[in-house]
Amino acid sequence: MSSSVLYDAPGPRTRARSRVISFISTAVIVILLGWFIFALGQPRETAGGATLAGLWDPSRWDIALEPVLWQGLLWRGLVLGTLRAAGLAAVLAIIIGVLFALGRMAKNPFIRIPTTVLLEFFRGMPVLLMMLFILLGLKVGDYWAVVWALAVYNGAIIGEALRSGVASLPRGQSEAAASLGFTGMQTRFIIELPQAFRQMLPIIVAQLVVLLKDTSLAYIVAYPELLRVSYQLKDFYGSGRYSFTLFFLTLIIYLIVNLSLSAFARWLARRSGSQAVGATRKGNKKDGPAATPPPGQTGIDTSLLSIGQPDGLTGRTRGENAP
Amino acid sequence: MTAIFENFDLVLQGFLMTLRLLAVGAIGAAVIGIVIAFLRISPVPAMRNIATVYTELVRNTPLTLVFFLIIVVLPVLDFGVDSTIGAYIALSVYTSPFIAEALRSGINGVPLGQAEAARSLGFNFGQTVSLIIMPQAMRMVVPPLINVIIALAKNTSVASGFLVVEMVAISKTLANRHGDQVIGILFGIALLYLVITIPLGLIASYVERKVAVLR
Repeated sequence: MSSSVLYDAPGPRTRARSRVISFISTAVIVILLGWFIFALGQPRETAGGATLAGLWDPSRWDIALEPVLWQGLLWRGLVLGTLRAAGLAAVLAIIIGVLFALGRMAKNPFIRIPTTVLLEFFRGMPVLLMMLFILLGLKVGDYWAVVWALAVYNGAIIGEALRSGVASLPRGQSEAAASLGFTGMQTRFIIELPQAFRQMLPIIVAQLVVLLKDTSLAYIVAYPELLRVSYQLKDFYGSGRYSFTLFFLTLIIYLIVNLSLSAFARWLARRSGSQAVGATRKGNKKDGPAATPPPGQTGIDTSLLSIGQPDGLTGRTRGENAP
Repeated sequence: MTAIFENFDLVLQGFLMTLRLLAVGAIGAAVIGIVIAFLRISPVPAMRNIATVYTELVRNTPLTLVFFLIIVVLPVLDFGVDSTIGAYIALSVYTSPFIAEALRSGINGVPLGQAEAARSLGFNFGQTVSLIIMPQAMRMVVPPLINVIIALAKNTSVASGFLVVEMVAISKTLANRHGDQVIGILFGIALLYLVITIPLGLIASYVERKVAVLR
């Protein structure tokens, strides 16, 4: 049986045809890419009549051997800039997320309603605006502006994820806690939150990948993270000769870091998925194994999360959306 | 806040620019996203792979970097575009894989049994797709698509860093001009963003409740 709802398992003729189409489309893509790379490599005439070397010319790439460049990009940009901000923001975001989740689930409406309003406010505005808010309004310096903006925004989203995690727990969990004489807070902290946290771990990790990606917004508020350092290095070397080289290296670094983190998030989702989500999935047998997506495209669709909304097809229970 | 009302024409201009970025970005992303989604579910493995590589690469590139490429790097290489058009392109390209993923997960989310049942009734491929699969997929796709649009609305703010005069850029100008009312100005701008995002969120939850496919 085929794995897609749209077409059958192919027969021999379809397989042959599919091989031909595969070959042709791959060839077209390879030729287009090759042409593009070749075109980039051609020397160009400027309006002034001077000839610029092609993009793959060694004269554009000789800085790749300089330790100053790598020290700047990897140490100053990636570690001291991007990762230092992202690391602290991630820790704070989880703490803020727990606080938001507690506030939104509070029995007291005087806590619950203001938290809800605040949460919707934080979720609905751009991170960049929040950075500006903190930078211009609170005057705490660029590092803290970046860290707090990322922490609060992602904290709001993690809070929603945790809350929907708690909401999806079987009611017996809190009833059992109550029967043992746990107080409300004990139930939350000892019984419910640990389970919700485990269940929502893939979503939370995916959100932390988003957080890491969003640190590049700090470029706009002039915090020296990877992209800003790369831009500074361009100025340092003068002329536009190295601008493409530097951009290319920066892009590669971002892709390596983000792709490996995304892969980690997916691995985590696959690994914890069967145990943690098992309880809810068992009641849903009729979909059968066919409904589980192929490996690598995990059930909890982290793709949709990468833009900052932990809902849609994911962890949210139906009908609990915006205010 | 008074600075907002005094400079209402400026703020309105920024608001309209944000809306324009949102509209053009959404349409552009939808066009690219639909193509990628179709490649992604095509029966030909090579096309699926091409779409997957595109999705992974674009999704793992920060939006700022996409903007930077189109508005700062390309002009150096003589492929320059005007910064507003560059912003349209950057937003469209960056959002397209998210649209594609939302569409794909909607189609893949239809249980296999539905197609099997259709076939067992003698439906041909066209009938299966148009009568059974698509109607269900479309309903499942609307809420995640709206969430993508909401994210896009917030992402338009990145354009402010690249010479596009939209709401955040206006807020920076106003904040520099009225140093005593910074918080009020930023708060006002934030509320204008909520004017865009909250109704969209409400529509998403309404649609989700209204057209959900019960299983």
